[in-house]
Amino acid sequence: MIKQNEIRLSGSGGQGLILAGIILAEAALLDGKNAVQSQSYGPEARGGASKAEVIISENDINYPKVQKCDILLSLTEKACNKYLETLKTGGVLILDSSVDTPKRDDIKVFKLPIINTATEKLGKVMVSNIVALGALNGITDIVSAESLKKAVLSRVPRGTEDLNEKAFNEGLTLGKS
Amino acid sequence: MEKNNIKLMQGNEACVEGALAAGMNFFAGYPITPSTEIAEISSQRLPRFGGKFIQMEDEIASMAATIGGALTGAKAMTATSGPGFSLKQENIGYAAMAEIPCVIVNVQRGGPSTGLPTSPAQGDVMQAKWGTHGDHPIIALTPSSVKETFDTTVKAFNLAEKYRVPVVLLMDEVIAHMREKIEIPKKEDVEIMDRIKPDEDDVTYQAYEVKKGDIVPPMASFGEGFRYHVTGLVHDETGFPSNDTEVADKLIHRLVDKIDKNVDDISFYEEYKTNDIDTLIISYGSTARSAKTAVDMANNEGMNVGLFRPITIWPTLEKQIIDLAKKVDKIIVAEMNLGQYALEVERLASKYTQVHHLGKIDGDLITPNEILSKIKEV
Repeated sequence: MIKQNEIRLSGSGGQGLILAGIILAEAALLDGKNAVQSQSYGPEARGGASKAEVIISENDINYPKVQKCDILLSLTEKACNKYLETLKTGGVLILDSSVDTPKRDDIKVFKLPIINTATEKLGKVMVSNIVALGALNGITDIVSAESLKKAVLSRVPRGTEDLNEKAFNEGLTLGKS
Repeated sequence: MEKNNIKLMQGNEACVEGALAAGMNFFAGYPITPSTEIAEISSQRLPRFGGKFIQMEDEIASMAATIGGALTGAKAMTATSGPGFSLKQENIGYAAMAEIPCVIVNVQRGGPSTGLPTSPAQGDVMQAKWGTHGDHPIIALTPSSVKETFDTTVKAFNLAEKYRVPVVLLMDEVIAHMREKIEIPKKEDVEIMDRIKPDEDDVTYQAYEVKKGDIVPPMASFGEGFRYHVTGLVHDETGFPSNDTEVADKLIHRLVDKIDKNVDDISFYEEYKTNDIDTLIISYGSTARSAKTAVDMANNEGMNVGLFRPITIWPTLEKQIIDLAKKVDKIIVAEMNLGQYALEVERLASKYTQVHHLGKIDGDLITPNEILSKIKEV
């Protein structure tokens, strides 16, 4: 069993990836694991490529930053290009279907209509991050689905629980299909 | 998660939680990255139970207000980063001289000047001790995790109260902004210290007279009946200024000695795998996390490496550093500056062992691999 999982969530500023990172880390704590979440602060937070990082481990986590990651989520082409090289050999790449499949044959690529599901099926582009979380967990089972759903519902704004629960379930289905 | 009080929290949030647990009821500040969340969360939390939050016009005024708050009996804190820490120095000296208990959080970012506002650094180590002029007492503590930020903030308040001294909580951007697991202790499990105060009917009270058996003078709160004079000038036991050489000599020695003679009570540190080693890493704050990983990597490769991690940065942990220096062939000081704590280590350890330095000032945290390379290089 891999003891430490390093996850990088990337896209553009405003897509809610930092919140997604926080939720993922909280779900890991609910599972009784350790987690560290960090993000880049700076000009890239607005527009440009932005990222949130999560480390999940059964053990203590010392060095808190993600260097090479096991799982990379990219919701934009720009973010994918920027962070692709940080994905380990054998790693999992999860892409929005709007992103071109990159040329790397040493990784597993999952291309899913994440943003499209949020906009077309749910009518709110802003739940893309929660769809993405569901999809990520459907593919990787990195945390328990129950903990992740609980963490989603405790962090999203009051009154949006139903929408986010739907978004999460849609994502989970995408990831498992 | 809420039930057993385990939370995912940022270092800056944990700082406020620790301050509140320690009894903070006054915060004056001027928000600055990467410390802003401390002011923000304090502004939300303090008014809910009658505590006071005030945003001042600048850092000089924030430090002055912190001192004023403390003089009324409040447990007062301010938070800033490099540029603001520079501005606070004059009044930090005043707090040291007038023996005002208060906590100053400095979340270090890249410097000098406005430098790298969103990037970590540890370049204010010497400033924490010598930023204000003259020989003076100061305590500075530096946490290495979110949980430790909570605990260390509590300690900072307690030491401020016990020794009537400004205490600097020297954080860095990595610890301030990262989120990790913390279990918030129950209220009854947090040890809290309060300043000693004069008896209400003490007609002989002199504001700067140390009673037999005490470390510091009892401190009356303004507004509770005692009237006394507070000054940054050298003063006698009444609190009024004096030019007398004997008075000056006695006062400054007393101020410095109250810390120097109680170092053991103020010494917090961690030793990690320091038995039977030939190389010792000394590192603190977020860099110590990289160092710990590097120690594990090195030991996995068959080397004998350990880590000494000071939590108390000032006063210097002289005894511990000398003891370890006698046991190892070399020491590597890893810190995000060009050699500040390394100067202290060299002063103490170079008689017994080699002292090397690994510094970084580009705004990125030192990585475990960089430390491992340095271990192999030396």
